Amino acid sequence: MANWYMLTLVGQDQQGIVAQITQTLFENGYDLGEASMMRLGGNFTVMLMISHPENKNGDDAIAIIKDKMGLCVHSVEVSGGLHQHVEPNVRVTVLGTDRAGIVAEVTGVLAEQGVNIVDLESDVGGTAQAPIYIMHIEGVATNSTDDLVDKLAPLNRDGIEIQVMDIETLVG
Amino acid sequence: MASLEILSYPDERLRQKSLEVEHFDQTLWDFIADLEDTLGVGPGAVGIAAPQVGHFQRICIVDVSGRKKTKNHGHLVLINPEITEWDGFKLGREGCLSVPDYTGNVVRAEKITLEAFDPEGNELNFEMSGYEARAVQHELDHLDGLLFLDRVVSRRNDIFDRKVYKPKPKK
Ligand SMILES: [Zn+2]
Repeated sequence: MANWYMLTLVGQDQQGIVAQITQTLFENGYDLGEASMMRLGGNFTVMLMISHPENKNGDDAIAIIKDKMGLCVHSVEVSGGLHQHVEPNVRVTVLGTDRAGIVAEVTGVLAEQGVNIVDLESDVGGTAQAPIYIMHIEGVATNSTDDLVDKLAPLNRDGIEIQVMDIETLVG
Repeated sequence: MASLEILSYPDERLRQKSLEVEHFDQTLWDFIADLEDTLGVGPGAVGIAAPQVGHFQRICIVDVSGRKKTKNHGHLVLINPEITEWDGFKLGREGCLSVPDYTGNVVRAEKITLEAFDPEGNELNFEMSGYEARAVQHELDHLDGLLFLDRVVSRRNDIFDRKVYKPKPKK
């Protein structure tokens, strides 16, 4: 089995962009692994795990559509692979007015508390005059949720609300 | 007694609809013993349904009593179970013994009324809510050839039930 590459593509969002990228990769002999596509600030962004029997990194395929679609491309060989999911057991939601440094403050507390972040997503809604900041974090915590709540409590100020919830995955 | 092999998606047999149990006899009890063993082997599962081991009868086991602060009716062996009432909706994360290495958010009824038989053929009747009700709905889906995969609404960005932790008042 060839190694996995993490292919990152950023560009102007446009109709059919995902289809073009994945079709081109497929036609050039690439396997796709896990992928995450998001629109960030009006830009198209995607991170794709790809592998090729000849251990190619995706540049050859993307070169075909890169200029036409105005894509920035980055590809790097990664050591991970598929089937390495970890189940998050805690979810932290940060809501409120945008405050400089809030991401660093919250994630700093989480790191201190030994929480391994597996998913972080933040967005800005509202209006330009009154932006609303929304962040969702899911992670694997080893300490109790109560401890985490206590440690995050001081950040609950100046219009920021932080909520902590357990995630319990039911397996049946 | 023996633990049985668990079928994994995309095995088509998981899509098969199971038939009602008609005889409450030794054959049934022997199978239940094997199903119990199989559930015991799985890591942290709170339930299992007969079709997950390729046995297409309406039998399942649910036991959420090991979970902290959870209303429950103990260890339940349910034969020919049927949900007769549903109330409310709640989002929660689920995985499945038959779908390794994947989880997702699923909407389930918050409260259910459940009718079933025990292994001796006695009628059972439960009012259930929350986690236990979710587990029962997950297992009953298996009896109809459905998987949680059919009901995943999203893997992220969902509004979870607001079981929010409040900081403790300062002493
Ligand atoms: Zn299942």
